[in-house]
Amino acid sequence: MSSRVPLVDYLALEPEPHLVAHECVSCGARYFDRRNGCANCFGTEFHDVDVATTGEVRAFTIVAYAAPGIETPFVAAVVDCEGTSVRANLINVTPDPEHVSLGMKVRLATNSVGTDAAGTEAIGFGFEPISN
Amino acid sequence: MSDDVWILGITMTKFGKRPDEDTIDLAAEAVHAALADGGVTMADMGILAAGNLMGGAGGIGQALQKQVGQTGIPVYNVANACATGATALRTAIMAIKAGECDYGLAVGVEKLSGVGLLAGGSRAADRDEWTPHGRYGAVAGVDGRIGTETMPGVFAQVGMEYGHKYGGTSFELFARISEKNHSHSTLNPLAAYSKKMSLDEIMNDIMIAYPNTRPMCSANCDGAAAAVVVSDAKLKTLSLEQQRRAVKVSASVLTTDPWQEACQILPDVNTLTRNAAKQAYEAAGIGPEDLDLVELHDCFATAELVHYDNLMLCEEGGAVDLFESGATWRDGSMPVNVSGGLESKGHPISATGIANIWEVCHHLRGEAGPRQIENAKVGLAHVIGLGSACGVHILERAA
Ligand SMILES: [Zn+2]
Repeated sequence: MSSRVPLVDYLALEPEPHLVAHECVSCGARYFDRRNGCANCFGTEFHDVDVATTGEVRAFTIVAYAAPGIETPFVAAVVDCEGTSVRANLINVTPDPEHVSLGMKVRLATNSVGTDAAGTEAIGFGFEPISN
Repeated sequence: MSDDVWILGITMTKFGKRPDEDTIDLAAEAVHAALADGGVTMADMGILAAGNLMGGAGGIGQALQKQVGQTGIPVYNVANACATGATALRTAIMAIKAGECDYGLAVGVEKLSGVGLLAGGSRAADRDEWTPHGRYGAVAGVDGRIGTETMPGVFAQVGMEYGHKYGGTSFELFARISEKNHSHSTLNPLAAYSKKMSLDEIMNDIMIAYPNTRPMCSANCDGAAAAVVVSDAKLKTLSLEQQRRAVKVSASVLTTDPWQEACQILPDVNTLTRNAAKQAYEAAGIGPEDLDLVELHDCFATAELVHYDNLMLCEEGGAVDLFESGATWRDGSMPVNVSGGLESKGHPISATGIANIWEVCHHLRGEAGPRQIENAKVGLAHVIGLGSACGVHILERAA
């Protein structure tokens, strides 16, 4: 029997993979990490909201040289998901400047990070080009 | 008498590989030279502010005192990423402004040769069981899986984001900024690298994080810089020569980044720099058009471009046009990084925020030799450390 876990807790795998942000109840600022309070308005109440699974590449780099243990090259990007910025890799795309462009339309996709000793598979995410 | 604060003595060591000296040796060399430059001794100093990030545990300031003079004065060991040197200087300036002393000493030092990539360290091997850790509940390392934590990659995105917003950027444009700084470095004997590089050489060098190749990244090296600051009242009691060479600190500003959408996704190096620049221009009563030279934090070629805009050297969105006009070359109307910048002069992190002020002072004193900006009267020095902290100083030569 195999089970799956998300790479990070803000990746929800069901019903369809999507990201979940902690949204400040008073000002609407969105965060992906565990919060002590809001950096914008200092509020301490948050609720979870689903983030759009499609977006536009606002910035990217093709990392050719990274810390030990990280496979290169890969495309790191900031994706604007209908007003919520998300940090992610661009996946299912050739990592070169001819295939990646600013303003490119992308959608959330998942990939396998690997399987641990107990047979549990970790699921990661990235964004892939929306082909015409 | 006013509450102006002046730089009385300032120096930077030769940047580069300094295998025979340790951190304290380099800091002591800078301190001795800055004191001599100012015509004062440790006995005059009322405060020491010292910055060092990579030297390990223990106060660099106290370790330094044990070699240059234990006079019992207060020591502030400061850390503010790449703005550490600027923070040390500002700490000394604040002590004088607060009336606690007449003289302050600031020093920044780093041993970085051979450190390699400034990354978030190496990503640990995956554990053999997926259990959530940390603020993202991550079951495995995320650097390289969810974007990048490397500095070259972060600042590459900063430049690309600017291009997305305003257009006009390209790999070649960023490489040409680097070409400018490497060309400038040929006139700076203290630079770690002072070799001219052609556009072809820059673009065909090892790609680190597109669009930044290796020569478009700040050079890790060893080095130190130190400054002696003095109150206006005390300066007036010193020799005419000391008064003539003193450089006025017309603005000393430190900011952090105010919250913006996305600033916790990709560091926003723009808003805090713009805020610091605005505050500095206002404090100095000087506008960007009055500047004779600018030393800005070109930790990567992509960063230099966005800071043209952030420091208001151009109209908003006009950074590409400013560069294309040739203005930021040494013989242009707004020379930027005539020292060679971090890409060639080198970036011993904690030293950088004082070394860039030394460069500006060097010109304001008319002592910059072959790279002298003729008749320079006012200059600006800028640093930014991710996290983030931004230091902006505006400096004016004595009337
Ligand atoms: Zn809030």
